[in-house]
Amino acid sequence: MSGDSSSRLSIAVEAELGPFLLQASLEVGAESLALVGPNGSGKTSLLLAVLGLLKPDRGRVALGDDVFFDSELEIELPTEERHLAYLPQDFGLFPHLTAVQNVAFALACGPERMSKKQRRNQAMGWLDRFGLGALANRNPAQLSGGERQRIALARALASSPKALLLDEPTASLDVEARTEVRAFLAESIRSLGLPTILVTHDAKDAEALASRVMVLEKGRVAACGLLADIRKVPPTTFASKFFSSPAPAGVVVVPDPVNDGEFRHD
Amino acid sequence: MIGRFLSRTTSRNLYGFVMVGLGGILLLFLVLPFVALLLDGGPDSILRGLGCALTWPAMRLSLGTSLISVGLVVLGGTPLAWWLARSRWRSARWLEILLQLPVVIPPAVGGIALLLAFGRRGLFGGVLERLGWSPAFSSVAVVMAQVFVSAPFYMQAAVQAFGRLDRNLLAVGRSLGASPPRLFFQVALPLARPWLIGGAAMTWARALGEFGATLMFAGNMTGKTQTLPLAIYTALELDIHTAQALSLLLVAFAFALLLFLRRFNRNLELTRRPASS
Repeated sequence: MSGDSSSRLSIAVEAELGPFLLQASLEVGAESLALVGPNGSGKTSLLLAVLGLLKPDRGRVALGDDVFFDSELEIELPTEERHLAYLPQDFGLFPHLTAVQNVAFALACGPERMSKKQRRNQAMGWLDRFGLGALANRNPAQLSGGERQRIALARALASSPKALLLDEPTASLDVEARTEVRAFLAESIRSLGLPTILVTHDAKDAEALASRVMVLEKGRVAACGLLADIRKVPPTTFASKFFSSPAPAGVVVVPDPVNDGEFRHD
Repeated sequence: MIGRFLSRTTSRNLYGFVMVGLGGILLLFLVLPFVALLLDGGPDSILRGLGCALTWPAMRLSLGTSLISVGLVVLGGTPLAWWLARSRWRSARWLEILLQLPVVIPPAVGGIALLLAFGRRGLFGGVLERLGWSPAFSSVAVVMAQVFVSAPFYMQAAVQAFGRLDRNLLAVGRSLGASPPRLFFQVALPLARPWLIGGAAMTWARALGEFGATLMFAGNMTGKTQTLPLAIYTALELDIHTAQALSLLLVAFAFALLLFLRRFNRNLELTRRPASS
């Protein structure tokens, strides 16, 4: 479950988004970057550009030596050939497939030719690894938000991705599940060691899951730096609002013993 | 005080009377023809009507041609709808409107249009004839007329079904490495299937009931182009009870189809609750 630490995700894109121009460049190594910003600042669009679901007007997107997009060389790799794990806000589990079938779907898309039975066995292996074996034959509708999130991650990892893209991973969960999922994601991200981009509106997500933060405002990079630095000296009004949790900067207060404190990176 | 109370009750009574009255009149008007269709003449005359020489050739032809029509519509309509539903091309929206046109134009107009296009002296009829094929006034023409008038029902259902698919699901599918055919056959098609089946059922019903375009473009020849609706038209000149019997056949079919769709939709609601919490 470990990624090639030498492959960096480097992104430099420009895209007309209607109200403004998205103009951002960033590099993500084997680390996790939280992409934050006001609603409609272009965070998700940036994620989609990396995925290949939105075509930038200009720029370059590459992961290590794999060029995904290059406007000058006229390269545009289709999404299915980019090997990126994408977890949307609602997890994107196929509702007509059971948990194990969802994971097997990812295996069937891989380069390895496998029989249906082999795929099922391997998919079961993935579910077991995430402690989800008992839920294998459930449909997504019969699962809790936290369980769905785990299955979605197991499925994403079964496709052997080279980078991880998370769009608001805890936004559609209730408060209790949020804490649990956050802890689980933090552990997974750390053990995977893949370049990870996390779009979030939740300071707790950023604090628990990311080591760096990039603030995007109206399509421009307003700030980018270590999470600890940005939190200590917020460079923009948005950043200071974003991190203005009940706890003053620098003092870590964990009101709930099972909260995400122990998984904190810094 | 009492006067006000009285006036309030009278106005409430009046309200109930008007609402029930208006609704009831329409209900009666809609139901009475079916009652007459079922009861007039009694079962003996209906059975005798079914024994008419027109019945079985027309029924065979109707079933055969309508099933072929549904098959063709589904076969071509599914890829077309998949493309239309995802196309960002502006002309695609115009194409969708154009595809709905056969629903709102009189079927007779469709028949004339088909005749002008594929008839012997039609726009493309000459080309077809030189290839040794002249579809007008044949069983093929029956299928063509049915496809023309019934395809919009499937198209509308299919475009909506594909358009309603969660775009995130398709995005995730692609990010997992699914090729376009895998995405279509294993994600889009199974998720859209209930609505596709509903659309196909409506298309079948419409194809089975097709009359105007068939009469214009295919004619009314027993065993060759005379479908059930045309047989009803012919039977009317011979004996109204034969026409009645044939009509009941179509009503029974339509009723069964509606029952099926209702059940199907109910099961759908039970098994497919939305997957969001």
